[in-house]
Amino acid sequence: MKIIVCVKQVPDAKDVRLDPKTNTLAREGVQSIMNPYDRHALEEAVRLKEKHGGTVTVLSMGPPQAEEMLREAVSCGADEAVLVSDRAFAGADTWATTYTLAMAIKKIDDFDLILCGKQAIDGDTAQVGPGLAERLDIPFVAYVRKINDCTANTIRAERLMDDGYDLLEIPLPALFTVVKEINEPRIPSLKGKMKAKKIDITKLTAVDIEADPEQLGLKGSTTQVVKVFSPELKGARAMLGGTATEQVAQLYEKMSPLL
Amino acid sequence: MLRIDIEACIGCGICESTCTFGAIKVEGGQAVVGDTCTLCGSCVDVCEVGALSIDREEKAIKGNLSDWSGVWVYAECRHGRIAPVALELLGAGRKLAEKRGVSLSAVLLGSKLEGMAEDLVAYGADKVFVVDDPALASFTDDAYGNALSALAKKHKPEIILAGATAIGRSFIPRVATTLATGLTADCTDLSIRDEDGALLQTRPAFGGNIMATIVCPHTRPQISTVRPLVMKPLARDAGRKGEIVVVNLDTAMLKPRVKVLDSVVEDLDRVNLSEADIVVAGGRGLENEKGFAMIRELADVLGGAVAASRAAVDSGWIPYPHQVGQTGKTVAPKIYIACGISGAIQHLVGMQSADTIIAINRDADAPIFDVATYGIVGDVFEIVPKLIEKFKERKSS
Repeated sequence: MKIIVCVKQVPDAKDVRLDPKTNTLAREGVQSIMNPYDRHALEEAVRLKEKHGGTVTVLSMGPPQAEEMLREAVSCGADEAVLVSDRAFAGADTWATTYTLAMAIKKIDDFDLILCGKQAIDGDTAQVGPGLAERLDIPFVAYVRKINDCTANTIRAERLMDDGYDLLEIPLPALFTVVKEINEPRIPSLKGKMKAKKIDITKLTAVDIEADPEQLGLKGSTTQVVKVFSPELKGARAMLGGTATEQVAQLYEKMSPLL
Repeated sequence: MLRIDIEACIGCGICESTCTFGAIKVEGGQAVVGDTCTLCGSCVDVCEVGALSIDREEKAIKGNLSDWSGVWVYAECRHGRIAPVALELLGAGRKLAEKRGVSLSAVLLGSKLEGMAEDLVAYGADKVFVVDDPALASFTDDAYGNALSALAKKHKPEIILAGATAIGRSFIPRVATTLATGLTADCTDLSIRDEDGALLQTRPAFGGNIMATIVCPHTRPQISTVRPLVMKPLARDAGRKGEIVVVNLDTAMLKPRVKVLDSVVEDLDRVNLSEADIVVAGGRGLENEKGFAMIRELADVLGGAVAASRAAVDSGWIPYPHQVGQTGKTVAPKIYIACGISGAIQHLVGMQSADTIIAINRDADAPIFDVATYGIVGDVFEIVPKLIEKFKERKSS
């Protein structure tokens, strides 16, 4: 089974804090990491490969620094790594991103399954997976929490829904996005780390993937950010003082009429 | 491209401190732009010497945008029930439609939908398109995506709104791709721009650390998914009149590639978390799984549901369905009690529309207090048991 995993390098959002004085993101010391959901997608791909044979290729669109993340993916079990990188991609929204990834995947050509994380923690859009599936005209399933069965032609999987789950049968090739519940990602093995050091990462530019420049980056985007601002927090902030017993008594008084 | 006029740049660094993406730096007395620039334009607005500009090559607009008219709401229906978010969107859509002077329509897809279209009219729709077909009995991206895309191609709405639910976030991107137009996910605010009638779509990004307002300038329809429990539904008015249009679509179009073998409703309290009037939530300050026993007890005494911050879920103290925040559920209960939650922005976006927020935290500087109606600086292990006692007494008296 040939599997492609799409991965994105993101700032570690847990560490991103708002500077109360300047109202901007304090980014100093913020690490770039592999998007956590993508890590689960990679793990699932590696497990499928270990069980059924095949190869796992990790694919990322991003700046040259994303190479580091791709090496990490190789150390966790990926066989090949492809980085699509070009200044022409700057400012891409999800529409331009799915176009770029689709063109890159057409270059890679041969695959049975594409796995992505359910969303990236920087943009949180969850649009690239389904948009990419549509561009490639293959079946799509979001929120996969378990792959039950896998044959050469079909997969049975569970899709997490708001009120429970759906059990699905999907013909291959297909694209899934996965949720965290699907597995517990492994840490890199020593052998993996050795391999990651040596591996030749395939680098593709806009020209290499034969992309139409009109469809790339800001120019190819269907949406435009017109304003960025800090969220407004509007609590009354009535602080209840005194001893713990007094605080609880006041809170009880405040809450009682609301119940 | 972000252009820097090096003649004009005085290297003051205002742009550097404004950039939320850390993409612009002053090096050698001059601003330099890096790869992480998203072309959001924040730096252009603050530059006092006008040294920054963004080249926006005006894209040729295909077709006439004014051919597209009307606001649509995708009325999600699953297991025989209209999703509450659909009614909220009719409330939001009504306002947008009135501002634009156009009609508001709902699109209802499913099987055995008797009576539901009338309900959508009562909640504000002028028109309801109904596709009632056994092939739509279960949700599949293919069938639902094809149906909505086909209707939109034919009737050309200028705006389509859908709930940012598992279903909406799954198939709406496919619809946007098919229609070759823009989509903004997970919006928390929608309005119409006065100058040109464009839809201004505001959403949290970076785990809620920043808000971004987004437009879809060159194509139609403008599509948004909207967080549940953010918009307000209109009061139900059974006397409202609306047109119900039953549409029969080609069966080939509704044939999904993915087969739904089973659709299971799990009766966890995940279902009532979004609907609970009182939510008691715990975070990292609870220290371990046992801390949550206390939270559960308070929730039980108050007849509420239990929620958690991402930190608590990531620590494995409580399962993911309880998570509230950017990557979890959005809740808007009457009372939200945050115990030992510091209030990372990504948590706040999921609960700040609660009517009354009570925060209990050891750290007086915790950001949770910024959204709190009432705050207690103290030890949760001391405060919460006392509160449980108080309400137990009240119950027994």
